[in-house]
Amino acid sequence: MVETPKDYIQNEENIIIKGNVAAAYAAKSARVQVISAYPITPQTTVVEKLSEFVDNGLMPGTQYIKVESEHSVLASIIGASQAGTRTFTATSGQGLFYMHEMVHWAAGTRLPIVMAIASRGPAPPWNIWADFTDVLSQRDTGWMTAFASSHQEIYDEILMSYKVCEDSDILLPKFVSYGGFILSHTSKPVIIEDQDKVDSYLPPLPSEEGWPHIWTDPKRPMMFGNLIMPSGFYQEFRLKIHDAHMKAKAKIVEATKEFERVFGRNYGNGLVQEYKINDADVGMIIYGDLALQMEDAVDDVREEGYKVGMVKLRHFRPFPTEDIINISKKVSLLGVVDRATAFGSLTGGPVSCEVKSALHGVEGSAAILPIINGLGGREVTLEQQKEQLRTLVKLNETGEAPEDIIHGTYWDGLLEVK
Amino acid sequence: MTESKKEKWKKINKSIEERPKVQEYKDWEELSPIPISLPIEGNIGETGDWRTFRPIIKEGCTKCGICWMYCPEGVIKRKDDGSFEIDLKYCKGCGICAKECPTNNIEMVRESDVKDG
Repeated sequence: MVETPKDYIQNEENIIIKGNVAAAYAAKSARVQVISAYPITPQTTVVEKLSEFVDNGLMPGTQYIKVESEHSVLASIIGASQAGTRTFTATSGQGLFYMHEMVHWAAGTRLPIVMAIASRGPAPPWNIWADFTDVLSQRDTGWMTAFASSHQEIYDEILMSYKVCEDSDILLPKFVSYGGFILSHTSKPVIIEDQDKVDSYLPPLPSEEGWPHIWTDPKRPMMFGNLIMPSGFYQEFRLKIHDAHMKAKAKIVEATKEFERVFGRNYGNGLVQEYKINDADVGMIIYGDLALQMEDAVDDVREEGYKVGMVKLRHFRPFPTEDIINISKKVSLLGVVDRATAFGSLTGGPVSCEVKSALHGVEGSAAILPIINGLGGREVTLEQQKEQLRTLVKLNETGEAPEDIIHGTYWDGLLEVK
Repeated sequence: MTESKKEKWKKINKSIEERPKVQEYKDWEELSPIPISLPIEGNIGETGDWRTFRPIIKEGCTKCGICWMYCPEGVIKRKDDGSFEIDLKYCKGCGICAKECPTNNIEMVRESDVKDG
């Protein structure tokens, strides 16, 4: 155990940092006990910062494991979590794909691991810029998935995630995703909370007992996740993961409320955050960094006299079906903006697929316009988002659809070489 | 060891006969979040069923113990007289013992060709 140095940040501080550094600070504030890491752009500076913290003795007692690949990152984190420790790691795009086998394993073993994802476009063609296809393609692994849309939200969401994941009724791992470079490598003021306040908000670190459902004892080797014959309880264990997701919705709402009470920052009900949607005719469902800019677009288009609104989707898993149904009854047309792809499915984007299926058979729900934009980090300007809102207004009032609707999805911002 | 850890062990630290069978759980809600088991003999059933070739130790065995050392399943046992015996209930018939035997005294015989069995 390293002795706590004098410059150990104890009190609340407002500092200007990159999104990745905010993620690192969140892990530090959460007093994670084991970090395992492998560098990959644009996540690298998360684990670089953490190695700095550990090296400078600012995270006393934290083990930092360097491994040879992302697959081993998660394998070692699974081992550490099984032993009953609070764990953290971060990755991006191809790194996450390399982890994929272990991603299933972590959820199947019900380990409360939190992983920051600086999302990037999948290759080929090689791409390292914002695109949520990496994290959204992990949909069926059993991990919870949250989006952060600001630097502060990266820090805050990681703290909230530990609270939900470690709940004895939940015990699930979670991704906290944010756009590569757009949030990961830009700098903004972030409030790093007082350590005592964070300690009081989060559950205590696991004791020697480990997590409620799993414990290890080197003197008595045992086996987790052993083979189950088709006649055994395999199907039931799967149902239990789904059941935990469904129960997690209420826990997320609870954790978000308590977060607001302790730290004073509001994130809607935790699952979704509504913005000027109550009196709107048309609205947008949007997630990640683009959601923050969309708030400005909504303000501007409202000044033009159109009643537009938006909803920031904060969680993809568990999916806030009830909230989406509720919102869909407030407006007559909903645009769903994806910065990700879901090839060959109902629509071009993963979230618009979810929204469409959530609203299937719901009477009086809004019509849906799936929108895809900003893939592979392509810039989506404020002007472009205002135009998307005006497109919705026009479609709603006159039935006139935009030109670039391809296979039922509006592919906004396609290049036209003249 | 703390009291609650002892309680946890009590549940799992039983012989294979004593342990609750999965069927004893009422339903999925009662089920623990993950399956856990102790590595005891026969945990996954009688793996000898998987075998296509049976290893047979021949007369000329020098009792060197190399087969015992190499067996990945730990099913070769040393008897009181120093000779070795293969537990056919669990031997999967991988053939590593036959390959490693320095005096070529383990023969792999197709199960259907084994005369007495």
